[in-house]
Amino acid sequence: MLDRMETFRLQPTRGFSRVLAPRELWRYRDLAAQIALRDITVRYRQTALGGAWAVLQPLGFMVVFSLIFGAAAGISSNGIPYPLFSLAALVPWTFFATAVLLGSDSLVANAALVSKIYFPRIFMPAGVIVAGFVDLMISFVILMIIVFAWGWAPSLAILALPLLVAIAVAAALGTAAALSAINVRYRDVRYVVPFSIQMWLFASPVVYASSEIPEPWQTLSALNPMVGVVEGFRWATLGTGDAPWDLIGISAAAAVVFLVAGLAYFDRVERAFADYV
Amino acid sequence: MSTHTAIQTHELGKRYTLGVSGRGYGTLRESIAEAIKKPLRRRNSSSEPRSDQLWALRDLSLKIDSGEVVGLVGHNGAGKSTLLKILSRITEPSSGHADVTGRVGSLLEVGTGFHPELTGRENIFLNGAILGMRRSEIRARFDEIVSFAEIDRFLDTPVKRYSSGMSGRLAFAVAAHLEPEILLVDEVLAVGDASFQRKSLAKMSEVARAGRTVLFVSHNLAIIQALCQRGILLERGRAQADGPVSEILDHYLAGLERASVADLIEREDRDGRGWQHTLLKKVEMVDASSGQKNAVVGGRPAKLVVEVTELLPGLECRVTIANSFGQPISVLDSEISAPADARDPELGPRIECEIPIVPLLPGRYRLDVGLKANSVIQDGLQAAAFFDVEPGVMEGRQMAGEGSEGSVAFPHCWRLPP
Repeated sequence: MLDRMETFRLQPTRGFSRVLAPRELWRYRDLAAQIALRDITVRYRQTALGGAWAVLQPLGFMVVFSLIFGAAAGISSNGIPYPLFSLAALVPWTFFATAVLLGSDSLVANAALVSKIYFPRIFMPAGVIVAGFVDLMISFVILMIIVFAWGWAPSLAILALPLLVAIAVAAALGTAAALSAINVRYRDVRYVVPFSIQMWLFASPVVYASSEIPEPWQTLSALNPMVGVVEGFRWATLGTGDAPWDLIGISAAAAVVFLVAGLAYFDRVERAFADYV
Repeated sequence: MSTHTAIQTHELGKRYTLGVSGRGYGTLRESIAEAIKKPLRRRNSSSEPRSDQLWALRDLSLKIDSGEVVGLVGHNGAGKSTLLKILSRITEPSSGHADVTGRVGSLLEVGTGFHPELTGRENIFLNGAILGMRRSEIRARFDEIVSFAEIDRFLDTPVKRYSSGMSGRLAFAVAAHLEPEILLVDEVLAVGDASFQRKSLAKMSEVARAGRTVLFVSHNLAIIQALCQRGILLERGRAQADGPVSEILDHYLAGLERASVADLIEREDRDGRGWQHTLLKKVEMVDASSGQKNAVVGGRPAKLVVEVTELLPGLECRVTIANSFGQPISVLDSEISAPADARDPELGPRIECEIPIVPLLPGRYRLDVGLKANSVIQDGLQAAAFFDVEPGVMEGRQMAGEGSEGSVAFPHCWRLPP
């Protein structure tokens, strides 16, 4: 029995430690699953409409955007019916926005746990994102139903979706990890995030098409990972237009930077969470 | 099972930074202001040691063997909880190191992992995972946990509909069925009714006897005495004494009494949660007829006087009366009001509690006092005062003498056959 027991040394850490330690994450895999399961189960419990909320939000925005930007302002949607144009963008956007919004509050919302129990803290923002993934799948199914009902159909480009979702997940996790860590020290994050996400919506081609932006700004704008994701989603689900590989490529690289920077920052400050939260 | 070293700490230290950001959380504005002030301050006093740092634990070196059941005692702020937090990896030490051999499970305020919207069943799995159990382990012990908690009928009810007793029982049941090699326990036996507490205590002593290493923190010295063989007395973050549990408890109790003699304002072992806009200055139990301080007579009236430094609106006071083992006997809580209570504008910065008859058997008793103003915790002190109860007469009957069983004197009357 003795030889199976490991000795663990607890000491002040210097440099990087846990977040990127796969053994540590693997050891706590059951907890990761339970936290994700909790976030999924709890999200719509005691709501009358339940999982329908995952769909109602993007649908609602679709209607509003179609009336304001499509009909009234007459923004060009490259020949795509404006409702389809905006919904194909709103599905990944809602996933990203919700993940960042809830993820950035996840450590503070679970302060009782963080200050009483040890576990790899990254599970908190990550759990929120896994739960959001379920919503993404529900709203994706609805999107496909509406696309077909409108008489449109995706092309083979739909095979690029996993890549696009991966970019969105990487960008969301990196952003949520960093913001949740800052939130532990500075609750200002709570007030900054909802506002910034709205700004971010308009900085991403959700209500307009990227092609409206003059070069070189169009290419540069893809440094915002959601630019590639949103344009990619339109191309992949509506089966129209040229593959925006340049945007997707730049956004993918940017998302990797977001992820690595976010996790690295999280890792640096993780050890002090319990002292501040 | 052969013995090995389970926990060994070497000059372990934990430093906290006090001030606004250390106490709760700061805003960005504060730290920007701080950053601007910093260079100025550095110019003024270059080598002055920082006074806003507190060593909650300092140079602590100790060794605990596997199978030992150790009670940690000490005042509030002595570093007991900090030590458990470091050992359970919640927080990192600032200096030194600790080597821990085996899986560590902690029961620090059970039930913190409960989610109110989830059912009892879902919470058992969630909380088990949080405490470090594998899913298969939880499944294997599921029925045992449910029956121990006595919640069979409510298994699929959200925990938010549970009474506090029920959720406390469930939380303890999950935690008590953990099987780590090292168990850290912090004040968890206070849930549920008396029979559940007995059951919990029995479960804990079963755990203690099963050859597991247990580190136990409780203010209830009777429980420590019953469960532990070895005691460690912490004082201001250092190990003050280490030895057989009864010796350590005597040492601790003697220290408590010494501390209570001093002016309360000078005490440093205050409850850290308080805002401290007003502090406890003096606590006394006064005999109502003789005016004698901290010596009252059983069955006779007495007055509890709590003096504070500042008169704030909405002062409330909660006094726990404990026997000489630290076992709480009763609590007097001004927030639970009665028609006879009054707010007296003439009273000044003090709170008084009239006790028509002291229902206590002879012996020495301890007062732990907490202070609130407008529902916000201000201050708290354990062993704020001690008082002696001298044998008296309860409703015409002589009380049993000192050393007799129990603490409470009952007004009573017999009917006997001739």
